[in-house]
Amino acid sequence: MGSALPLGDPAPLDGLLPGTAAERSHGHPFGVYLHVPFCRVRCGYCDFNTYTSSELRGVKQVDYAGQAELEVGLAKRVLATSGVEDRPVSTVFFGGGTPTLLPSSQLIGMLRATADAWGLADDAEVTTEANPDSVDAQYLAELAAAGFTRVSFGMQSAVPHVLATLDRTHDPERVPEVVRWARDAGLQVSLDLIYGTPGETIGDWERSLDAALAMAPDHLSAYALIVEQGTKLARQIRSGVYPQPDDDLEADMYELADARLASSGYEWYEVSNWSRSGAAVQPGADAMTGPVTPASEFRSRHNLAYWQGHDWWGIGPGAHSHIGGTRWWNVKHPAAYADRILAGHSPAAGRETPDPDSQEIERILLLARIRSGLTTASLAPDARREVASLIADGLVNAKAALAGSIELTLRGRLLADAVVRRLT
Amino acid sequence: MSPRAVQALQPASTEPASIRNFCIIAHIDHGKSTLADRMLQITGVVSDRDMRAQYLDRMDIERERGITIKSQAVRMPWALDGKTYALNMIDTPGHVDFTYEVSRSLAACEGAILLVDAAQGIEAQTLANLYLALDNDLKIIPVLNKIDLPAADPDKYAEELAGLIGGKAEDVLRVSGKTGMGVEELLDLVVQTIPAPVGDIDAPPRAMIFDSVYDAYRGVVTYVRMIDGKLTPREKIMMMSTKSTHEVLEIGVSSPEPTPSKGLAVGEVGYLITGVKDVRLSKVGDTVTTSLRPATVALKGYSEPKPMVFSGLYPIDGSDYPNLREALDKLKLSDAALVYEPETSVALGFGFRCGFLGLLHLEIITERLEREFNLDLIATAPSVIYEVMTDDKKTVTVTNPSEFPGGKISTVSEPMVKASILAPKDYVGTIMELCQGRRGTLNGMEYVGTDRVELHYNMPLGEIVFDFFDHLKSRTQGYASLDYEPIGEQVADLVKVDILLQGEAVDAFSAIVHKDKAYAYGVLMTERLKKLIPRQQFEVPIQAAIGARIIARESISAIRKDVLAKCYGGDITRKRKLLEKQKEGKKRMKMVGRVEVPQEAFIAALSGETETKKEK
Repeated sequence: MGSALPLGDPAPLDGLLPGTAAERSHGHPFGVYLHVPFCRVRCGYCDFNTYTSSELRGVKQVDYAGQAELEVGLAKRVLATSGVEDRPVSTVFFGGGTPTLLPSSQLIGMLRATADAWGLADDAEVTTEANPDSVDAQYLAELAAAGFTRVSFGMQSAVPHVLATLDRTHDPERVPEVVRWARDAGLQVSLDLIYGTPGETIGDWERSLDAALAMAPDHLSAYALIVEQGTKLARQIRSGVYPQPDDDLEADMYELADARLASSGYEWYEVSNWSRSGAAVQPGADAMTGPVTPASEFRSRHNLAYWQGHDWWGIGPGAHSHIGGTRWWNVKHPAAYADRILAGHSPAAGRETPDPDSQEIERILLLARIRSGLTTASLAPDARREVASLIADGLVNAKAALAGSIELTLRGRLLADAVVRRLT
Repeated sequence: MSPRAVQALQPASTEPASIRNFCIIAHIDHGKSTLADRMLQITGVVSDRDMRAQYLDRMDIERERGITIKSQAVRMPWALDGKTYALNMIDTPGHVDFTYEVSRSLAACEGAILLVDAAQGIEAQTLANLYLALDNDLKIIPVLNKIDLPAADPDKYAEELAGLIGGKAEDVLRVSGKTGMGVEELLDLVVQTIPAPVGDIDAPPRAMIFDSVYDAYRGVVTYVRMIDGKLTPREKIMMMSTKSTHEVLEIGVSSPEPTPSKGLAVGEVGYLITGVKDVRLSKVGDTVTTSLRPATVALKGYSEPKPMVFSGLYPIDGSDYPNLREALDKLKLSDAALVYEPETSVALGFGFRCGFLGLLHLEIITERLEREFNLDLIATAPSVIYEVMTDDKKTVTVTNPSEFPGGKISTVSEPMVKASILAPKDYVGTIMELCQGRRGTLNGMEYVGTDRVELHYNMPLGEIVFDFFDHLKSRTQGYASLDYEPIGEQVADLVKVDILLQGEAVDAFSAIVHKDKAYAYGVLMTERLKKLIPRQQFEVPIQAAIGARIIARESISAIRKDVLAKCYGGDITRKRKLLEKQKEGKKRMKMVGRVEVPQEAFIAALSGETETKKEK
C-alpha cells in the first residue's frame, strides 16, 4: 500500500462505523488483511509502510503480533456494536513489509486470533507474502500445517543487475528452491515480477519471464515499476543516476508478458494479474494426469475482493479497511499504532464514506480492471454510449460488450486509466 | 519654501517674462525621476519630510519599472539675481510607443534638459526625442547625470553630447541627481538660457492639452499649457476638435500636489477639472478655448491616437471574461489610445482584440490588467495592420490573421517603420545580421561619439513586433537601444500560415508572415506544439499550411500506457482522488476536434517558453 495517507474525515476513537455500513455490507464476503510493517532493508523503489529496525523509535518487532491480535479483538467488538452481521472470514492476507521476518509461530498466532474472532470459511484462502531469502522448508511447512493455503514470493526479477537496482538482496538461484519447498508443503504459489526497472532491457525482462514460467507458478503478478515520490529511486532519477522510466518500453514489456503468459497457459484476470488455467501441479502428481482445476481456483480471491467492493478489515499500522461503503486507514507509525492499541482506542487515523457519485467512480475504476468485472447494464446512459466509441478505438472487446460485460483489450488494459476516465 | 525665492509667484498673475517651461529628455534609468526629486526638494515645494523616491511617478508600474508612462507638470519657484521665477517642469514619457504624447509635451515647452547617464551615454530613444525637441525649436541644455558613479566617464560623454548638438564639451553641465550636486546651477541655467513664453493675453483663450489623466475621485484631470488669453474657474470651456463644452470646476497648478488657483494665463502650465469621466473627451493635443469667446484657429499638431499593434487578450479562466471587459472599460477612461473589441478563439475561448500604440503599451496594459484587476491573461502573438487586396479588387483590413481572406490575393501591404538602433560599434555585425533577417534595408549608419554607432533601417513593423527587441537585446548583451517611427506601407509577399491539429486549424497560432519565412514559422510552431501537447490515445498530426498546401509536419505518437500497475486496498482512495482531479483537469482542456490540449500548452506555445532555455 502507498505510503502517504489520504486526507479524510476524523475517525472516532471507539472506531464505531456509520449506520450505513451495516446495511451496505449485507451480502458481501468478509476478508482480513494483516500488515507486518517490518523489513530487514528498505528497497530503493518501495514506499510501503514498512520500517527497518533502526527506524522503529523504540518499538519492538517481537511485541507486534500481540498488538495486531488486540486489533482483531477491537474489530470484532466494533463490527458487532456497529450492527454489521458476523460472517466467517473468506480470505486472509498477510502483507508487508516482510511478514516472514516474524517467526512462523507469530503469523500462525495472528491467523488463530482471526479464526477465533469470526471463524474461517471452509474454503478460506490464507496467503502470506514472502521474501525468498526469509523462509525455509520448515517455515513453509509450519504455515501450511496451520491453515495457510497460498504464498506469494517477491521474485521481482531473475536478472542480477535488475535486482541490484531494486535493492533486492535475494539470490535469484534461491527462488526455484523456495517455490519447490512451498509446493512440497501443499501451498499454492504466486510470483511477483517487476518490469521497467531502470537499466532493464526487453531481453532482461524476457529472461525473468522465462525463469518465472520455468517454475510453473499457479499465479503471477507483473507490475510496471512505479517511481513513488520520496523514495531513494525517485531521488536517483531526479539527480540523473537513472533515466526516467520509458512508458513505451513498459508497454512493450507488458505486451511481451501478456503474450508469453498466454501461450504458457495463464489467463489475465486483472490488469497486472494472471492465473494458471488447466491442470494444477499438485505435489507428487503428474502435471499431465493430475486433477484438472479451473483457472479461477488460482486467482487471488483476497485481491479480487478489493476490486469487487467487498468488505475487509485491515489490521496493523497504515492498513486500510472497507466495510459497507466506509473506508478508513490506520495511523502509520508502529509506535503511534502501539500507543492507540494499548490504550484500547481505534488506531484509525481518518476515514471517509464517499458520496454516491464517488462510489460509482470507485466501482468503475476497480471493476474495469478485472476481466468482465463491469456489466454494461450497470453503467449510466452516457457511459453506455461511450462503450461504443471504446470499442471503435479498440480498447474494449466487442464480443464481450455485446454479451453485456466490459473486457479490456490488450491495448485497453495498457490504457485502463484513460478508459476509466471516459466511463466516469 | 525655496531657499532662494522668498515668495512664489501667484498663478494667473504671473508675467510671461517670469515663466520658464521646460522638460527633461532622458532614457529609462538615466535618472530623470531622481533629478526631478532633487529639484522638488531644492526649490522647497516638497519638504524633506514628505520626500519619497520618484515622487512624481504615480503608478506602481512606473515606480517599479523606472519609466514614466504619463507625463505631468510641476510648478516650482526659483530666484536668480533678486528676481523670482516660476519654473514649470513638464515630465515627458520616455518611450517610443508614446511619441505623440512626447511631441505634445515638447510643444508645451520652450526648452529641454537633455539628461544623459555619464556612465552609459545617449540612447536611441533619447536621440529620437532630442530630434523632436530640436524640431520644436526648443533650447537644449545638455546635462550629464550620475557623475558620482565610479563607472562615470563624463569627459567622454560630454564630447559625445557636444558633437551631437554643437557647443563645447566643457559647457555640458555635470550633476548628480542622487547627491544634488550641480542641481542649483542647473536651475540657474534654466532661467538664464530658456526663453520665456510668448503669447497674446488679449486674444481669445487657447490652451493645448498635453496630458489627460483619469482620477478615480476627481474624474479626468486635464493638463494644459496656456498659449493665448486666460482661463478662470466656473468658465464654460470648449474642446475645439469635438466642440464639446464643459464647465471648469477647478483650475490650478501642481506644486506638486494640485493647488487651485484663480486661473491660468499666457505661458502658464496647470490643470483643469470639469467633472468629465472619460479621457476621450479631453484628448491630448486638442485645443481648449471658451464657449463665450471661442478662438477660431486650433493649435497645430493634434492627431487621433492610432493603434499600431494588435493582440488578442484572453482570460486564462474563462469565467473571468466579464471581469476583463469591466477592467478594459475602466482602463479606457484613463488611456485614450486603448481600443478593443470582443473576439472568440477556438483555442482560447472568449477575449478581446486590443489595439495598442506599440509593444510597451501592450505590455503595460497587460500588466495593469493583471495587477490592478487581478486577472490572469494570455496574449496572442502581436500583429500589425495589413491591407489585403483580393483578385476581385476588394480591400480588406486585417488586424487578426483570422480575418485574412481565403480566396485569391492580389497584393498585401504592411506598415513600415524607420528604425534607429544605437549600439557599441562591436555589435554592428550581429545587428546587421538580425535586421537583414527581419527584412530590413540599411539606410545608413553614423558614429555617435567614438565607439558607438547609430544604424538606420527601414523595416516592416510586423518584424519588429515579433520578439525583435528581445533578440536585439540578447545579441548585444543589452547594450543596443531601439527607436522607430512609422513611414508608410509597402507591398510584400506575405502569406497566412495556419497550424492544424489533426486537420483542424488552431486560430491562435495562425500568423501572417513573409513567404520566405513561412516554412521556418511552420517548423517552429509544429515542433513547439509537439513538445507541449500531451500524447493522446491516437496519433495526432500537427501541420503547418498555407491555404491547402502543407509546408511542415510533425506528429505526436499515440500514448501506449496509461494505467496504474497496482491498485489494492490501500490505493483505492488515493486513486479515486487522482481520477477526480484528472477529470477536473480535463474540464480545463480545450478540445481541438478530438484532441485534448491543456490551456498551458497554448500559453507556452504562444509565449515560446519551450525555447527560452536554449536561447538564454
